[in-house]
Amino acid sequence: MSILVYIEQAEGKVKKTSLEAVSFANALAAQTGEGDVIAVALGTIGNEELASVGKAGAAKVLHGAESKLDAGVIQAHASAVAQAFNLVGAKTLVLAKSSLGDAVAARLAIKIKAGLVSNVVELPKTDSGYLVKRSIYTGKAFAETSVTTENKILAIKKNAIDLKQDGAAAQVETFDVALEDADFASKITSTERATGDVLLPEADIVVSGGRGLKGPENWGMVEDMAKILGAATACSKPVSDLEWRPHHEHVGQTGVKVAPTLYIAIGISGAIQHLAGVNSSKCIVVINKDPDAPFFKAADYGIVGDAFEVVPKLNEALKAEL
Amino acid sequence: MKILVCITHVPDTTSKIQFTADNTKFDSTGVQYIIGPYDDYALARAVELRDQASGKLTVMNVGEADSDPTLRKALAIGADDAIRVNAAPKDSYFVAQQIAHYAKEGAYDLILMGRESIDFNGGMVHGMVGELLGMPSFSPVMKLDVDGSTVKMAREIEGGKEMLEASLPLIAGCQEPIAEWKIPNMRGIMSARTKPLNVVEPVSQETQAEASKYELPPAKGAVKLVDKDNVAELVKLLKNEAKVL
Ligand SMILES: Cc1cc2nc3c(=O)[nH]c(=O)nc-3n(C[C@H](O)[C@H](O)[C@H](O)COP(=O)(O)OP(=O)(O)OC[C@H]3O[C@@H](n4cnc5c(N)ncnc54)[C@H](O)[C@@H]3O)c2cc1C
Ligand SMILES: Cc1cc2nc3c(=O)[nH]c(=O)nc-3n(C[C@H](O)[C@H](O)[C@H](O)COP(=O)(O)OP(=O)(O)OC[C@H]3O[C@@H](n4cnc5c(N)ncnc54)[C@H](O)[C@@H]3O)c2cc1C
Repeated sequence: MSILVYIEQAEGKVKKTSLEAVSFANALAAQTGEGDVIAVALGTIGNEELASVGKAGAAKVLHGAESKLDAGVIQAHASAVAQAFNLVGAKTLVLAKSSLGDAVAARLAIKIKAGLVSNVVELPKTDSGYLVKRSIYTGKAFAETSVTTENKILAIKKNAIDLKQDGAAAQVETFDVALEDADFASKITSTERATGDVLLPEADIVVSGGRGLKGPENWGMVEDMAKILGAATACSKPVSDLEWRPHHEHVGQTGVKVAPTLYIAIGISGAIQHLAGVNSSKCIVVINKDPDAPFFKAADYGIVGDAFEVVPKLNEALKAEL
Repeated sequence: MKILVCITHVPDTTSKIQFTADNTKFDSTGVQYIIGPYDDYALARAVELRDQASGKLTVMNVGEADSDPTLRKALAIGADDAIRVNAAPKDSYFVAQQIAHYAKEGAYDLILMGRESIDFNGGMVHGMVGELLGMPSFSPVMKLDVDGSTVKMAREIEGGKEMLEASLPLIAGCQEPIAEWKIPNMRGIMSARTKPLNVVEPVSQETQAEASKYELPPAKGAVKLVDKDNVAELVKLLKNEAKVL
């Protein structure tokens, strides 16, 4: 028996959140005695990169090397992963929550008749029954969910587990994916992706700006800070509604949910809908000129002051220290 | 074109989340219920598409009678009729089975949902319904245009978006900026009272992952303020105390 992990790549590199999913499966297998962890990777990706998934705890990587799978065609990925699941005779599939992962997991749940739990925040309790803790109400609460099916899918939230880094290289094996034309009935005609930047949902540090920054021309200092810290940039909803920043940077209830170790909010009031997208951050820093801004109540550290004075000074101090 | 929009009946985004009965039940005291914000985007886009194609727009909810005012609101926003599957939504799979059954019966060309519910945040129902019906499903969709039987979409991916082309019938889980939220006007509210709201019975009781107990996150400690003229102090705290740099 083994636990299967669906891993995703971006530009030929396995995503960090997928490596967390491998680490999670590794710890879960140790707990339940489900044997090895086998990862399944789809599309063109180098052998060395795949072998390195072993560090996070995979014994083997099944590689469906078909180049038609380079693009994240949802139906095709779902049927390829279902084939891998049956091939290894797994009972449990683990994956990281993501735009593609969620869409694939939902279809898989029906294909392999598995109980699916999303936003999993820690290892399940398996001594009697199968109880999974998940985040609900957009991070405002947790639910303990009882999974009653034999097959199970766990879509884990970022930071559900520490990344394991001391495993041995994984054995890489290719497997033939049987693809049907129907799986490719939809076509991805083009992709626009900010390259080179740190991806927001993956980022360990996020620097975020709100309407207090007055206009898109003032984002230079935010980008400078992000560069110094190796961070991703984000924004509040009005900022993306006004098109000061691209939509994929908008965090909150109706935007991206982030869970970085450090979230720095500049000129953001801290409306409850904004907090819903950032309340899983480990440490929150707020810079706002209004001492009564609600964000200070959700913050670990804060500076009351004008962002246009504070941020350039802070950037200098960060540069000096790092 | 026949369009179906599936809507959730969920606590307003400003609600205080609390539980009762030894943390086994959501405490709805003082809670205002709304159409899920993502579902509201789906509905707004569906109204536009229905008007363009002079089609028919149905809204559906799996829920108990307390969902009716939420369905009426969707009718006021512009849906032509509503279906309520009369059952508490026990988990994503339970909900997906009901929607799949009644969606098949209605033979819709386009099924729009929200990207995710704002209570359980699964983001799964559209994909499950898609697989149950053998229909392609896409999420999160931020742009959707229909031209004959061809659908052009933009789907958000980490750090960007991808453009897609597919054919009807299909399912999309929607998010902004697909359309702007619509506020019902007086005429809409009046006509909603007489539009059909059909209550139907669940077709399956099967569940896979029901919640048994709830918990709130630990309370946050007080913020530590640093003087604006001493920003170096903040850097030190982040490095040595919080250990996040
Ligand atoms: C259903 C629903 C869903 C929503 N979803 C989201 C969501 O996903 N994400 C989201 O962000 N919002 C969301 N909102 C909107 C949310 O309610 C707030 O309106 C929004 O977050 C406010 O954005 P802001 O903080 O950038 O702007 P504002 O509220 O205008 O705040 C600007 C802040 O900047 C400060 N400021 C001004 N000048 C300076 C300066 N020079 N230096 C330092 N500080 C300064 C001000 O003191 C103020 O606190 C949603 C709302 C609803 C109803
Ligand atoms: C009293 C009560 C108890 C509940 N207990 C549980 C529980 O134990 N476990 C659990 O998983 N959920 C429970 N929920 C159900 C909750 O309402 C979820 O919305 C539902 O399970 C769907 O799952 P999801 O979050 O994965 O939806 P998502 O997959 O996030 O929803 C995506 C989209 O699917 C559509 N959709 C989702 N749910 C419905 C619906 N009910 N009717 C019509 N369209 C819908 C909407 O368009 C939505 O935007 C409970 C709800 C209530 C009111």
